[in-house]
Amino acid sequence: MDTFDLIAIAPELILAFIASDLLLTSAFIKEKKADQSPDVFHTPKAASFVYFCSCILLVGLGIAFLFRVDDLPYYAMYGLFQSDPVANLLKAVSCFALLITLIYSKQYLIDRGLFRPDFIVLALFALLGQLVLISGSNLLTLYLGLELMALSTYGLVAMRHSSGMSSEAAIKYFVLGALASGFLLYGMSMLYGVTGSLDLVEIFRTVADPRINHLIMAFGLVFIMAGLAFKLGVAPFHMWVPDVYQGAPTAVTLLIAAAPKLAAFALLFRLLVNTLLPLLADWQPMLMILAVLSLVIGNVTAIAQTNLKRMLAYSAIAQMGFVLLGMLSVFDDHAFSASMFYAVTYVITTLGTFGLLMVLSRKGYDCETLDGLKGLNRKHPWFAFLGLLMMFSLAGIPPTVGFAAKLSVLEALVDANYVSLAVIAVIASLIGAFYYLRVVKVMYFDEPSHEHSVSGSTIAKGVLGVNGLMVLALGIFPGALMAVCLDVMRNTLLGG
Amino acid sequence: MILSYAIWIPIVFGLIILIYGSERPSSGVRYLALFGAVLGFIATLPLVLQFDESTAAMQFVEKLSWIERYDINYHLGVDGISVWFVVLTAFINIFVVVAAWEVITEKVSQYLAAFMILSGLMIGVFSALDGMLFYVFFEATLIPMYIIIGVWGGKNRIYAAFKFFLYTLLGSLLTLIAMLYLYNATNTFDIQTWHHAPLDIVEQILIFFAFFMAFAVKVPMWPLHTWLPDVHVEAPTGGSVVLAAIMLKLGAYGFLRFSLPIAPDASMYLGPFVIFLSLVAVIYVGLVALVQKDMKKLVAYSSVAHMGFVTLGFFLFSPLGIEGGIIQMISHGFISGAMFLAIGVLYDRMHTRQIADFGGVIHRMPKFSVFMVFLAMANCGLPATSGFVGEFMVILAAVDYDFWFGVLAATALMLGAAYSLWMVKRVIFGAIANPEVDALTDINGREFFMLAVLSICVLWMGIYPKPFTDIIHPAVIHLLEHVAISKL
Repeated sequence: MDTFDLIAIAPELILAFIASDLLLTSAFIKEKKADQSPDVFHTPKAASFVYFCSCILLVGLGIAFLFRVDDLPYYAMYGLFQSDPVANLLKAVSCFALLITLIYSKQYLIDRGLFRPDFIVLALFALLGQLVLISGSNLLTLYLGLELMALSTYGLVAMRHSSGMSSEAAIKYFVLGALASGFLLYGMSMLYGVTGSLDLVEIFRTVADPRINHLIMAFGLVFIMAGLAFKLGVAPFHMWVPDVYQGAPTAVTLLIAAAPKLAAFALLFRLLVNTLLPLLADWQPMLMILAVLSLVIGNVTAIAQTNLKRMLAYSAIAQMGFVLLGMLSVFDDHAFSASMFYAVTYVITTLGTFGLLMVLSRKGYDCETLDGLKGLNRKHPWFAFLGLLMMFSLAGIPPTVGFAAKLSVLEALVDANYVSLAVIAVIASLIGAFYYLRVVKVMYFDEPSHEHSVSGSTIAKGVLGVNGLMVLALGIFPGALMAVCLDVMRNTLLGG
Repeated sequence: MILSYAIWIPIVFGLIILIYGSERPSSGVRYLALFGAVLGFIATLPLVLQFDESTAAMQFVEKLSWIERYDINYHLGVDGISVWFVVLTAFINIFVVVAAWEVITEKVSQYLAAFMILSGLMIGVFSALDGMLFYVFFEATLIPMYIIIGVWGGKNRIYAAFKFFLYTLLGSLLTLIAMLYLYNATNTFDIQTWHHAPLDIVEQILIFFAFFMAFAVKVPMWPLHTWLPDVHVEAPTGGSVVLAAIMLKLGAYGFLRFSLPIAPDASMYLGPFVIFLSLVAVIYVGLVALVQKDMKKLVAYSSVAHMGFVTLGFFLFSPLGIEGGIIQMISHGFISGAMFLAIGVLYDRMHTRQIADFGGVIHRMPKFSVFMVFLAMANCGLPATSGFVGEFMVILAAVDYDFWFGVLAATALMLGAAYSLWMVKRVIFGAIANPEVDALTDINGREFFMLAVLSICVLWMGIYPKPFTDIIHPAVIHLLEHVAISKL
């Protein structure tokens, strides 16, 4: 291991070190006498300390990754770890996404007695898992990152131990997640058996060799696809998504719904594009089926939901279908960058949507049903307006960023001569528009059924406002971010 | 820069109203909105005053790079076909603001802001020369209109708002795919380049239908018109005015800007099909209008019939037909706008629009009745009103195309007279049967102003339409020359 390797993995090392350190330090922070309650987890001072340090750390990491976006691809640690522009961009967005999630959820967590050092540290470890996953260039590194991320999130979902719903969601998530990891691992073992290597670059070289056993290869691919589909949460491997979204505390739902989608995108990109590209003809039809099923099932089922979190879960399934559609087209940096643009902008919109739900929740009340938003415009026109922006963005109506994202994916599809798929996608979006519109309807057209209260710090509200306006601003001027995505993708593919 | 001012002055005013107005007393907001609307209208006047009638090229062109990645530009410009609609949109916006003056009492600032923003977006649709810019403006108009119908609408407003939004979205999403296809073929979103894109007949037909879906829903053409009466009945007065006067024209304008020049052979080939649909609209929907019990619904169906004339004129492929269609669009903007304002005047007083509830209004509202009778006459195409000019031109062109088409189109004039005048007879004339009618008060200065100004426009355009046709003519000739050249 030389200095360059150390520099390449420095952010992850720092994150791992500080996260462990924070966990340790927090145990030694003395709480004020007045605050000593029978609940051993009630540690406001320690939690505030950890929260504060984490925020600074995340800002620093995010900026550090942004500075590295222009770096050339570099393989560190004997090819276990890969630092390339795509990875750095995704990591930067992941760090900022977690930062914003923490800011939004602080008050929500305090109100529910979940504002604890271990909660925040677990979230940091989940982030560490994501970063490792995004940069993995070896099947084992990928798996390591994936499991670190998954195990931390299982814990987070189960954190609200007093709630039956949360426990049920956690167990479901854990069992199905373990199963999916098993699938993935099994597929990887076949890949290893056929190619004799765990290294992605090595596999890429050998996989096209006519002498290898194509049947086993295809089998391995099927298992890998199944595992991937589970992690992405696309149909027909989507069953866990609605339960977990609904069962978990909203703050945790946001942790699962936002940044991990980027990690899943990275996993998809690493395995299918970086590694198994020669098997394009095998995985493309599978991806097509997964995408179309997700679009249809996600959008149609979402119509029947009255719980907002559950509805957003189905919406997430449909949105991931769009991400897959972008990956479908022929080997093309335009198409992949469209997919990435879609994933990044989806994360921004999701952050705002769940952030709004948390701001509208208060102690003893979770704003998570359609009724909870009734008549919001009457009392809080600004928050209703933010909600309107988010919903129209998810529905893909200009001038919000959701439209720009759908536009870029559809363009890639038409470019690859999948006009019929594009037609299916827009019809599915039309169905989807109905339930997003219904949320707007509830906020604007209905009479309020109860008093709305807005909780959350000024900072959280301010960030939410910026988040909402960003959805609009990026929709009006998507060019810059699109160009960044394209540059990054091009540099990675050509340099790697 | 004139076009940018025309688009962004109302939008910026709308945003200012949205931000400042929510907590302030509402009267200040109204003056602010009126100021913005008038300023926006004044900003559009140079378009007509400085318009060069000797050329068919785009004028007042602005071009800035917008999304480099897809070569999408902020590309604006107007020619004879579109310039009047930019002015008309800004003009009608003033009346919408004035119409809301005392009537809208709830969330005034949001109401006015929605209309101001909507007005700017619609001007954007008429002046966009980049396909994607057009699409963004075209789709973005749905958001304020959805809110307007849903928040300030009638009893069944939620159903109407959803129907409006989803119906329109269905059409426009297919258009998006057609645009992406064209982008792929030409590597640009520039509409004028698309006009010259070589496309074979199959491509042309598919593209024609994709565009047709969006525009036919918007116009609306029979049998895709069913959303319009529902929406009109539920929308607040201002919403109905904008919808009838401007929004329907977005679709008809789309035919001229996209369908005809991009797919000329398909348009020629499918022309008889569109003419058939238009004739059905003109005659069948005219008959449907005859039996309506609700005044707004009646005018809504009459709008469908009148827009049938527009599409009929377009697909006859003669200068007279297309110019007649455009004149009819402008004239319908004035007449239907004024009709809905007049119905709004009655509704504000009686809170009903059922024809049966009225009768003998003239005894209590003589000034109003003058306008109502005049507008009904204009609606059925009385000579010397603007309604006559467009319809007459289209009928002449139809006779030229095929004598029997002309005869069928002309029957619509009779139907129009029948439903308009019969409505006037039942509402305005006769004895007072309803005690509520007995208590009616005549229109005040504000209402008089709105109806008078629009009536003057109707008369002016009916008596001396030359300023309109002079500006329209070169662009139409250019369009027809372009369409006449086959792409095959």
